Amino acid sequence: MANQDILVEVQHLKQYFPVAGSSIFKKAYVKAVDDVSFAIPRGTTLGLVGESGCGKTTTGRTLLQLYEPTAGRIIYDGETIFDSGLDGKKVKANMLPYRRKMQIVFQDPYASLNPRMTVGDIVGEAIDIHHLAASREDRRDKIIKMLERVGLNSEHANRYPHEFSGGQRQRVGIARALAVDPEFIVCDEPISALDVSIQAQVINMLEDLQHEFGLTYLFIAHDLSVVKHISSRIGVMYLGKMVEMADSNEITFHCCHPYTKSLISAIPIADPKISRASKRIVLEGDIPSPVNPPSGCHFRTRCPYATPLCAEKEPEWKEVSPGHFCACHHLDQVK
Amino acid sequence: MSEHLVDIRNLHLSFFTPAGEVKALNDVSLFLDEGEVLGVVGESGSGKSVTASAIMGITADPGRIVSGKVIFNGHDIGSLDEKELRKIRGKEVSMIFQDPMTSLNPVYTVGNQIEEAILLHTDKNKQEARERAVELLRLVGINEPEKRIKQYPHELSGGMRQRVMIAIALACEPKLLIADEPTTALDVTIQAQILELIMELKHKLGMAVILITHDLGIVSSMCDRIAVMYAGKVIECGTTDDIFYNTKHEYTKGLLRSVPNLYEEESTRLVAIEGTPVDMLNPPAGCPFAPRCPQCMKICLKEMPPYHEFSDIHYSACWLTQKAEFEEAGKGEE
Amino acid sequence: MKRFPLSFQLKAEDFLPASDAEKQELVVMRESVGFWKDSLRRLVRNKVAMVSLVVIVIIMFFSFIVPSFYPYSYEQQQKGAENMRPMTYSQEEQARIDAGEKVFPHFLGTDKLGRDYAVRIMVGSRISLTVGLIAAAIILFIGALYGSIAAFFGGWVDIIMMRIVDIIYTIPDVLLIVLISFAIRRPLEQLSEQPAFHWIHTVGPNLVSIFIVFALLYWVGMARIVRSQVLVLRESEYVTAARALGAGNGRIVRKHLLTNCIGTLIVTTTLQIPSSIFTESYLSFLGLGVAAPLPSLGSLASSAINGMNTYPYLLVAPAVLISLIILSFNLFGDGLRDAFDPKMKK
Repeated sequence: MANQDILVEVQHLKQYFPVAGSSIFKKAYVKAVDDVSFAIPRGTTLGLVGESGCGKTTTGRTLLQLYEPTAGRIIYDGETIFDSGLDGKKVKANMLPYRRKMQIVFQDPYASLNPRMTVGDIVGEAIDIHHLAASREDRRDKIIKMLERVGLNSEHANRYPHEFSGGQRQRVGIARALAVDPEFIVCDEPISALDVSIQAQVINMLEDLQHEFGLTYLFIAHDLSVVKHISSRIGVMYLGKMVEMADSNEITFHCCHPYTKSLISAIPIADPKISRASKRIVLEGDIPSPVNPPSGCHFRTRCPYATPLCAEKEPEWKEVSPGHFCACHHLDQVK
Repeated sequence: MSEHLVDIRNLHLSFFTPAGEVKALNDVSLFLDEGEVLGVVGESGSGKSVTASAIMGITADPGRIVSGKVIFNGHDIGSLDEKELRKIRGKEVSMIFQDPMTSLNPVYTVGNQIEEAILLHTDKNKQEARERAVELLRLVGINEPEKRIKQYPHELSGGMRQRVMIAIALACEPKLLIADEPTTALDVTIQAQILELIMELKHKLGMAVILITHDLGIVSSMCDRIAVMYAGKVIECGTTDDIFYNTKHEYTKGLLRSVPNLYEEESTRLVAIEGTPVDMLNPPAGCPFAPRCPQCMKICLKEMPPYHEFSDIHYSACWLTQKAEFEEAGKGEE
Repeated sequence: MKRFPLSFQLKAEDFLPASDAEKQELVVMRESVGFWKDSLRRLVRNKVAMVSLVVIVIIMFFSFIVPSFYPYSYEQQQKGAENMRPMTYSQEEQARIDAGEKVFPHFLGTDKLGRDYAVRIMVGSRISLTVGLIAAAIILFIGALYGSIAAFFGGWVDIIMMRIVDIIYTIPDVLLIVLISFAIRRPLEQLSEQPAFHWIHTVGPNLVSIFIVFALLYWVGMARIVRSQVLVLRESEYVTAARALGAGNGRIVRKHLLTNCIGTLIVTTTLQIPSSIFTESYLSFLGLGVAAPLPSLGSLASSAINGMNTYPYLLVAPAVLISLIILSFNLFGDGLRDAFDPKMKK
């Protein structure tokens, strides 16, 4: 992996949010992202899966510096854009030039488009901010080019978001992200709010755009089969921590963390013969609150293999096989 | 036909909005037998939730049943008044919803809300109702029910709330449980728990279940029969195996093709259904799926396809079936 | 077995594949409707709001335009025409009519100083409306600015600014008006000596102090509404999207926050007008309003109280007018809210 061209790298990223209503003197924190590291080679897709509250969305947004990280280092294309540093000296790059390279597509196509702006202006906003158009005509042409790229047309430019269906709105959201010609896009659950028949359209389009422009994606979703489909590498998160990371086939067929195993087994399979035959591993209990996560291994409260060791010590991030990392005390038993 | 538990016959239901009439249900016929699990699959606006509400006798304003009948357990739902409907709801049929937070009242404890359902439909006294509530909570897999019964909905997690909703729904051991997207708001591992619970309770209590969802994965393992809805019509209905392995309608085929398969080594490109869902305010004259159908023919744009029965329970509405028959007949003549 | 026997004959060409163009014809997008056009359409459809609007326009016409060509002025006293009933004429006027002259009738009679009551009512409602409109403008300006600054910067700025708002809420307004009007009477009188500030003399120090109090106290409600609106909008995903595109604060305020607030601002301001009119009226009723001889609806009602039993119409006319103005502004404001609120969209 060392010789690959890494576009985005995150080292020991931490993002803590103060809990509203906690005392000023002894502030409680939600450890939304707690010591997460990964690297994404140029032109590939890293998938992040996990359930609500696992910090996958926060990871994506912190990476884009939409929140200032609590600690850690973010490297983009060889340049450090954020570093909390060991001696407490923070390094923060001016983000404006990077906003043209790193973009984001949101989950909810209803909330992520300003209802008072026309679709043309929504897509054109990036062009205005970065002064990418020489004239009004140039701006118009660029907007139409972007809309056509995502399967919409010039007729749509003067309409408002509420006139579109969910899938079309998501296309507008993607066109907005593409308007600055980015290299890297964080796809934050881009299909989970869409109808089943539309999801495949958007996935295909994202794949086509990746091939055409050599884009790099961080693809965040809770649906492992979708993430598996689009990603070359997958990271599984649980309560702010990365629990397993490997190439997507390795994760699907040879996962070793008990959480990943149950996650895979919980996915409903659209094939009655397989789904009737397979026995689900149904996890007991609920996801603990991220404000007050369990000690040691966060997963131990729901883990069928948990021992007293899991409560005492946080499991190490080990390389199980080349490129396959996992954090669990009982790897030998899980298999 | 009257021995079915639920029998919906040619139901037409419209919403009369200021912008015009929206035909939410357009000639829907469905039946359900006792102890059976029926999956209703469709995307938003396909009419799956409206169908379920119609069984409960609920049609939100400005909706109205235009024609057709809903017969549940021998009652003609359309002819009952509100008082008679209330007797049926909760006692013979109950419903759980997608968002358990909005369907629970935040100012009452969980115990209050279960007890209320029990007191409403049985002649149990308060003490007995309380005991029954604890018993129900234990039944839906909530540990320490004596403690939970005193808690308020916001103190519970999403999965726990959905369990409470199920407990309320089961308070009077209904003959039919309608689950309207019961797991859409929940995480995958919690979804597995809830689905498992519904199946377990179904076996224990012998009730019939209507499971409304957009997820083909969920219906594949749980349902005996599946009805696929599109734009207010049941476009295909049959046993689970019929729907998955003997698919007749192009929309159903498209749905099955568009889901990514977790267990394939090499990712193959998904086959998407092109186009956008129908605008229910001005639906096309012919088959509602025609504008998105890869096999669309001239007639599909003009005429609604008739139902064709492949077996007693498997039927679909697609012109392609008619075409095959037409060609068959043509060959015979030659 | 067919469920529905076919009622028409099928032909082989029916089963030919349809072209993409034919399929596309079925997909028609509805006519594009912009935000303003859409809201306006909903407003026009709202009968109650439209009737209220018509009432407001008529009242405005009578109070701002009619008095300028009305044959009587509000301060003109006519000897011998005191305390007349509606549509009656004084002896002098009767004599002129007998002489063949045309005399403009006193529709609402005259007051005890012989002033035409109809024109006084019109000028009085002009004063009331002006106070309402100016006060609403002041409140809109200060409240919106204050609220959006607090919400946009958040954190300590927000906490301190909102505590100030809480404190202002506790100050009793009538007391402050009395205090301020006493405090500024002397300086204002000196100021009104100068030719440019002669108007102060006409409106009186009380009215000036009412405006000052509006500016000091009454914007807090608006500030709270705007703040909560901006707080919600600030967290919306499209604002996050704009940040991700590199948009600065100025751009976010102009393009995203302001445009989405504007509906709320219009509605709140419209609903502010009647409440300001109401405040002015009751202050004038208590004798804290405009200076004589300038009338306002409140002071007219106040002076009519004494002769309530003999001349009830002197009280009824301004009272009805106040109610009518406040009611129609409130109903119109409600109509605006329905029109601008996308959640009510059908």
